Amino acid sequence: MYVAVKGGERAIDNAHRLLATKRRGDPAVPEVAHAQIREQLTLAVDRVMTEGSLYDRDLAALAIKQARGDLVEAAFLVRAFRTTLPRFGASEPVDTGAMQVARRVSAAFKDIPGGQVLGPTFDYTHRLIDFLLEAGADIAEPATAPADDAPMPRVTDLLGNDDLIERNPPGDPDAPVGDLTREPLDLPADRDLRLQNLARGDEGFLLALGYSTQRGFGRTHPFAGEIRLGEVELEFVAEDAGFAVPLGTIELTECQMINQFKGSATEPPRFTRGYGLAFGHCERRTMAMALVDRSLRARELGEEAKAPAQDEEFVLMHSDNVQATGFVEHLKLPHYVDFQAELALIRQMRREIAERQNVAPREQQALPEAAE
Amino acid sequence: MAVALAFADPVHEAQRTFRAVMNALARPGTIQPVAGLLDAPAPLSSVAAAVALTLADYETPLFLDAPLAANPDVARYIAFHTGARIAAAPSQASFALIADAASVADFADFALGTDTYPDRSTTLILQMESLMAGPSLTLAGPGIKGETTLTASSLPSDIVERLAANRALFPRGVDLILAGPDAVAALPRTTRIRSA
Amino acid sequence: MALAARATAAELAPLETLAGPGIRMLRAPEIGLVMVRGRIGGDGAPFNLGEATVTRAAVSLATGETGFGHVLGRDRDKARLAALADALWQAPTTREAAEGVLAPVRARLAAEATLAKTRAAATRVDFFTMVRGDN
Repeated sequence: MYVAVKGGERAIDNAHRLLATKRRGDPAVPEVAHAQIREQLTLAVDRVMTEGSLYDRDLAALAIKQARGDLVEAAFLVRAFRTTLPRFGASEPVDTGAMQVARRVSAAFKDIPGGQVLGPTFDYTHRLIDFLLEAGADIAEPATAPADDAPMPRVTDLLGNDDLIERNPPGDPDAPVGDLTREPLDLPADRDLRLQNLARGDEGFLLALGYSTQRGFGRTHPFAGEIRLGEVELEFVAEDAGFAVPLGTIELTECQMINQFKGSATEPPRFTRGYGLAFGHCERRTMAMALVDRSLRARELGEEAKAPAQDEEFVLMHSDNVQATGFVEHLKLPHYVDFQAELALIRQMRREIAERQNVAPREQQALPEAAE
Repeated sequence: MAVALAFADPVHEAQRTFRAVMNALARPGTIQPVAGLLDAPAPLSSVAAAVALTLADYETPLFLDAPLAANPDVARYIAFHTGARIAAAPSQASFALIADAASVADFADFALGTDTYPDRSTTLILQMESLMAGPSLTLAGPGIKGETTLTASSLPSDIVERLAANRALFPRGVDLILAGPDAVAALPRTTRIRSA
Repeated sequence: MALAARATAAELAPLETLAGPGIRMLRAPEIGLVMVRGRIGGDGAPFNLGEATVTRAAVSLATGETGFGHVLGRDRDKARLAALADALWQAPTTREAAEGVLAPVRARLAAEATLAKTRAAATRVDFFTMVRGDN
């Protein structure tokens, strides 16, 4: 607990002015426009949209600029902005099977209907700093090749057709969809709430947890069944109009993990699933999310749950970087009254010990076992 | 589909109405002027419409009593201007619009909230023919210095007993907003009430 | 309406001249949120992924048609113009002209989609599995 303090208004105002100057940097260097961030730092924008839990490229770009590139701070700004807006409704669930695919790879099958499409990826770069970028070199026009309109079914659907992988839980049209922005999170949480939590969770946290499952802390033996990136149509039923309206398209990344199989005396063995979905191009995050999603299903699948990534409370209560940064960083706010109380207490205890040592040395000798 | 117009200046007019409702709830029994929405479809009163459009949104299901439900223009007007869904049962409603206040359903039929979340209860907006004439009630409780008197024309005859039962549920219970011809008053669940 | 939602405000601006007098703004453009839903595993029960900014507006023509605009983002002008497009498209006298304004949008979106598809197709890959020798 901290007790509010007053004062310091001028110092705070001046700190804000200094911050603005620091944000701007050397005035001899042209100022970065939010449109440049939106167009050229797209993966930072995607992360801020996802963790800020708000799809709005311009807003995320502006938040990154305002936050001096601190992406957690930017997500915080975006979250704060969204609380000022009314909610018009919920979209129809997006159909990732109908995605206009820009990238799609499978580590489980090499030949998949529709083919493997590398798209814009770092995967095969050599991770060498490109000093040509420093000079602002022209970039080559991307190559094109004839495209067919062959459908690109989800890889997991192919396994599903052969009944080799568990089915996804069907939706109950009458059941409300859990929303942790409206109802406080109760544990144990259903999978819809867990996925919402992971979708807006901190990428670093998810990455570390996902990694931990691979290193043996709740091993689930995953294969990247499919990762796909592309645009999907967004539609929602407008209460004011009374019918479904198309809103435009958004870019999503989806990861389907195929995990260790499970069977029983009555059920033939089937692969299990982990799922990841995020705004924009967030491949690492969706992969980690899918690993953690699968780990959190340990109890449901009758597995021993003892690793951190399998501990629902540990994962869900610590995944949100806006909450986490708030609670960690609040430690730097004035705690003067608290600390004075602690100081008084520690002095009191020391005084008591000193008094006991001075006053009753013989008592201590009389009770030697008490000192042990 | 022709939907009647609502606030010309949505932000500021809704803010003014909100302030009036807030003051009415904070000072039970006081009369707070509200500019009504004259185009509201009958039998929705202009002041009740202004209050509903100020408070309701997509996330607050709204219940209409029988006279209001009888005119589909009312539901259309509410849906268009607020996005609120019309609740099938009073117990599912965040807000209830009651045109025939004298025969309003038992308050226990509405959402009463829970001890953990007493806010998840229905706020009733009762249309009053007058807040100047009619039976008088003596009010006491939070927000009232000593006692005060409220006059309202269209409350049920057993309102004192009903509100006593509602108060016994505290912290659960419904809150009442009384929408007169040009003003609102309120009877929150904390107010003690007796016939004057 | 899908076209209007994906158009730019500048592309929709010519609608303004088609509107004629007597237009009523039923709802001034308003910015809000729509919760984007996905499905567990891609085809299972729905879950809430996160929100998106949406701007909505509604207009009516002198002839009675009501048009709704709901567009992603925070462009008020675009939402108003999308509502206008919806209303004009419903009115028999202006439908053709409204189509005329939307036609270039359709062409642009088709060209963009083709370019994206052909660029993606150029990165299509065939992996060859090396035979693991066990002798």
